[in-house]
Amino acid sequence: MATKILTEHINVPGIETFDVYRKQGGYTAVEKALKTMTPEAIVEEVKKSGVRGRGGAGFPMGMKWSFLAKPEGVPRYLVCNADESEPGTFKDHYLMKTIPHLLIEGMIISSFALGANKSFIYVRGELMYVIHILEKAIAEAKAKGFLGKNILGTGYDLELVVQPGGGAYICGEETALLESLEGKRGNPRNKPPFPAVKGLYQCPTVVNNVESIATTSWIVNNGGDAYAAIGIGRSTGTKLISASGHINKPGVYEIELGVPVEDFIFADEWCGGIRPGHKFKALVAGGSSVPILPANLALTLANGDKRLMSYESLSDGGFATGTMLGSGGFIVFDETSCIVRNTWNFSRFYHHESCGQCSPCREGTGWMEKVLHRIEYGHGHQQDIDLLVDVSKKIEGNTICPLGDAAAWPVASAIRHFRDEFQWHIDHPAEATQPGAVYRGDMALV
Amino acid sequence: MEDVKPQLLKVTIDGIEVEVEPGTTILQAARKIGPEVAPPAMCYYQPLKGSGGKCRACLVRVAAGSAKDPRPMPKLVASCLTAVQDGMVVENTTNPQVVDARNGIVEFLLLNHPLDCPVCDQAGECDLQNFAFDHGKVTTRYEEDRRTFEKHDLGPYVQLHMTRCILCYRCVFTADQITNKRVHGVLGRGDAAEIGTYIEKAIDNDFSGNVIDVCPVGALTDKTYRFKSRVWFSKPVDAHRDCPTCSGKVTLWERGEEVIRVTARKNEWNEVTEFICNTCRFEKKKTSDWVIEGPTKISRSSVISANKYRGDTIKPSFGQRLAAAEYKPIHDERDTSQLQIQQLPPERFAKVLPSALDPEP
Repeated sequence: MATKILTEHINVPGIETFDVYRKQGGYTAVEKALKTMTPEAIVEEVKKSGVRGRGGAGFPMGMKWSFLAKPEGVPRYLVCNADESEPGTFKDHYLMKTIPHLLIEGMIISSFALGANKSFIYVRGELMYVIHILEKAIAEAKAKGFLGKNILGTGYDLELVVQPGGGAYICGEETALLESLEGKRGNPRNKPPFPAVKGLYQCPTVVNNVESIATTSWIVNNGGDAYAAIGIGRSTGTKLISASGHINKPGVYEIELGVPVEDFIFADEWCGGIRPGHKFKALVAGGSSVPILPANLALTLANGDKRLMSYESLSDGGFATGTMLGSGGFIVFDETSCIVRNTWNFSRFYHHESCGQCSPCREGTGWMEKVLHRIEYGHGHQQDIDLLVDVSKKIEGNTICPLGDAAAWPVASAIRHFRDEFQWHIDHPAEATQPGAVYRGDMALV
Repeated sequence: MEDVKPQLLKVTIDGIEVEVEPGTTILQAARKIGPEVAPPAMCYYQPLKGSGGKCRACLVRVAAGSAKDPRPMPKLVASCLTAVQDGMVVENTTNPQVVDARNGIVEFLLLNHPLDCPVCDQAGECDLQNFAFDHGKVTTRYEEDRRTFEKHDLGPYVQLHMTRCILCYRCVFTADQITNKRVHGVLGRGDAAEIGTYIEKAIDNDFSGNVIDVCPVGALTDKTYRFKSRVWFSKPVDAHRDCPTCSGKVTLWERGEEVIRVTARKNEWNEVTEFICNTCRFEKKKTSDWVIEGPTKISRSSVISANKYRGDTIKPSFGQRLAAAEYKPIHDERDTSQLQIQQLPPERFAKVLPSALDPEP
């Protein structure tokens, strides 16, 4: 049985209430951290654990914490990024609605470690019911003395605020999130200065994902070394994967990093295989912004080894033959999926969600979407494929925030691995525009 | 106490070394060297705090971060925001990746910006026109419909034509920083974003006219001047008056004896040196209102200075380089001595058509 860190007690009835959560050993980490540990010791444990940011970028969390500037007389803030909205990613949402106290416990420990007296949970506005669940949980924790003034008599004060976002994907980018939290238009800031130096209200700020913060209570209880023992190489610990698409058992799974991708898709413990009678065609491993992989590359590395669910293994081979673990939005496609239509759909999302601040992203995402739309609906030209590759290259790396890259990678990778499918759409517009038409190699018809 | 001189930082841009004070950005350091290596800037505007980083026109490659840490920076950086470090090596016009990125930026900016320079009021003073001239391509690959807008009247003086806007945010920063009540901002997201006043509202304050000066393209125009004249037919003259609201230092644009437009004075990078009030800009249009100082020096930029003050200030640029690249000598097999045609000495072309003189490969 694989180790469960976040979802161990998730099936206990009533786990969303304080009493049940407490009975399952909840909030012991807060007691341990606040009463027996110094903030430095907690940061040290998190560093030792090697846990990497679970929001997508995979930056070591302990290192991020140690970058926090600590000037005299200036408040520090911890902001929890719960603005999860990438297509295919729904793990934070699930965690918050089923076991809200895990996040709150993590917030208390992390805030204490960072010296923050006011912390924010920025939740996507669409998830209003989750906000109500969180607020109820916060009120319970406050009533029991785990939040507010003088927590557990240790003299540490913490106020926890849940802030609904306006429902913009770009507000999941950390600096745009801070702008939004300050009440401004959610445009990403130019970096440097980084939030660790000048973040919320120009004060040092740490922004962490829900899942990252939720792990801290286990790390405090069991020690960083125990956490580092789970997983593989530099990808330590467990990861929530939100699996969706043409699999038998879609859902949120907690896996130890290092599980082979093949096992994850086909084992009964997890996705349970591709739906009956169909073949595995392509995989988006970490949310829609990461490059798409064809079946053979998704399961094996370029050198023939099995591909594993870890940061290093998934990105093996760069973008030529690899992808990214990202936020864990695992989308599986079988042979009935049209890659062109799917790419257009992703592109449509990024076009809609671009903030419009910097020119490559503002104009480029729209351009790509329109060209893809044209190809999908049978009006593509031969030069359109190369045009898309070129436009995606001109966007990639030239924008203020990573949304430009996120928009460019799916398009560039889809053309890299499924060029013949795009070509078929251009060569056979009449067949390609039939309802449900999908390119299937030589057969090339419905 | 003796003044402690800040230690100067050495930075190399396109092989030219320059010493600058700490805190200087790459763009400022490059401007110190001169227009030949200065990256173009569409959204950066030195007098406006917080401007820059949006248009991505000034992207450069940092080939070495500093003397202490000579690793190159992984991505192209916005030179208007990146501070120099001692020993930094920057590649601007010498790096093909940068040139390629700029071609891309021009293409993106021109996707929705109409190429109607012949009828646009900003022609001749347009930053985008200069930028496209230097870095653009002659054709477009964009086939879709371009977005268009109705014109908006923002009060009695300013007209907004969103079709031309490239969302540089300069007017928003200007209104935010020099006036009390900002009534306009950016609405919408992505390529649906637009400058607007939400409900049709006039921009009504003493300094509202400055948004016209900072606009790099012809989106915000002066209603008292629109289509009265082309800018190159007028003569800019520095003048001042005793103004209770602003410094009163302006440039008058004269046609004959008539003052057809008043603008703030700009430096060689097309940036306003001192913002002026609406009274000076829109109401004082008689020469008798002003004390004339003398002709304005236009040391760089656009056709205003071409053929008028110093023809050589314009560098042989995109159009000429294109002509040079496509130059084909005509093979005339006739005996030219019989035709009595005098051959022009090749040096005459050296400045404009450098490649024409290269021997055939």
